[in-house]
Amino acid sequence: MSATDPKPLVSTIVRDDEGLLVSAAKGGDATAFEELVNRYERKIFRLGMNITQNREDAEDVMQDAFLKAFRNLDNFQGDSRFYTWLVRIAVNEALMKLRKRRPNQVSLDEPVKEGEDPVFREIEDWGPSPEQRFAQTELNQILNQVIGELEPIFRVVFLLRDVEGLSTEESAQILGISVAAVKSRLLRARLRLRMKLNKYFRRSEPQ
Amino acid sequence: MNCKKVILELSSYLDGALDSSIRLDLEQHLGRCEDCRLVVDTTRQTIQIFCNAEPVPLPEDVRTRLHQALLARFRQKTKTI
Repeated sequence: MSATDPKPLVSTIVRDDEGLLVSAAKGGDATAFEELVNRYERKIFRLGMNITQNREDAEDVMQDAFLKAFRNLDNFQGDSRFYTWLVRIAVNEALMKLRKRRPNQVSLDEPVKEGEDPVFREIEDWGPSPEQRFAQTELNQILNQVIGELEPIFRVVFLLRDVEGLSTEESAQILGISVAAVKSRLLRARLRLRMKLNKYFRRSEPQ
Repeated sequence: MNCKKVILELSSYLDGALDSSIRLDLEQHLGRCEDCRLVVDTTRQTIQIFCNAEPVPLPEDVRTRLHQALLARFRQKTKTI
């Protein structure tokens, strides 16, 4: 740790050794668990916000995920990364929130209807960079809007793979679906988001 | 390679996960098909824009409540041991 680091570690365990932190937490070392929380709280809150699109729900998701992880730490076998295990808990919590809102519309198990996405309906050049054309706040609003419009079955896969940077295999493990299903849903998610963004970012007549 | 096949392989292409022979076929198609080129380019930008998005901040009051809840759980556990 550098001398200028404003947030010293709570635990004395070196930063890179997550396995040791998990072992210590399992053995009852609360400071080790707190260090794991410090490490991932921002990511878990962001994931909760992106899935639920609601700050209160995201807070519940984050709090319940860490409390459940603490309670069930003995069940964590270490055959995946601690973060992957934590994300799995958080995703389940977030999906439960969505199911409460729309009981019959949120299932990750439902088969994705086959059929072509209307990819070639919206083919326009976006110009050099939409990020330069929009102010940060406006861009954030657009991204929140379009990700919120995406069906949860696609939204979650996109968030895990493209925003959280998890592998296809880790995403499949977290969601309890096959690698092939992750790939198929990721493709559709990306294409649908592209189409939704097109109306904002196309070079001609942006809305 | 035709346009439909390009779309099917699009994700793997953008992830750099295509075999070199298929990638070469796909890139040859892109060289002569402007529609596919635009779809590939705007899909790539879609991913990048989300990746580069400003991180959602964790509000301090939300963080405080999380750590208070954890502290309460730690104390509860210590009492039961």
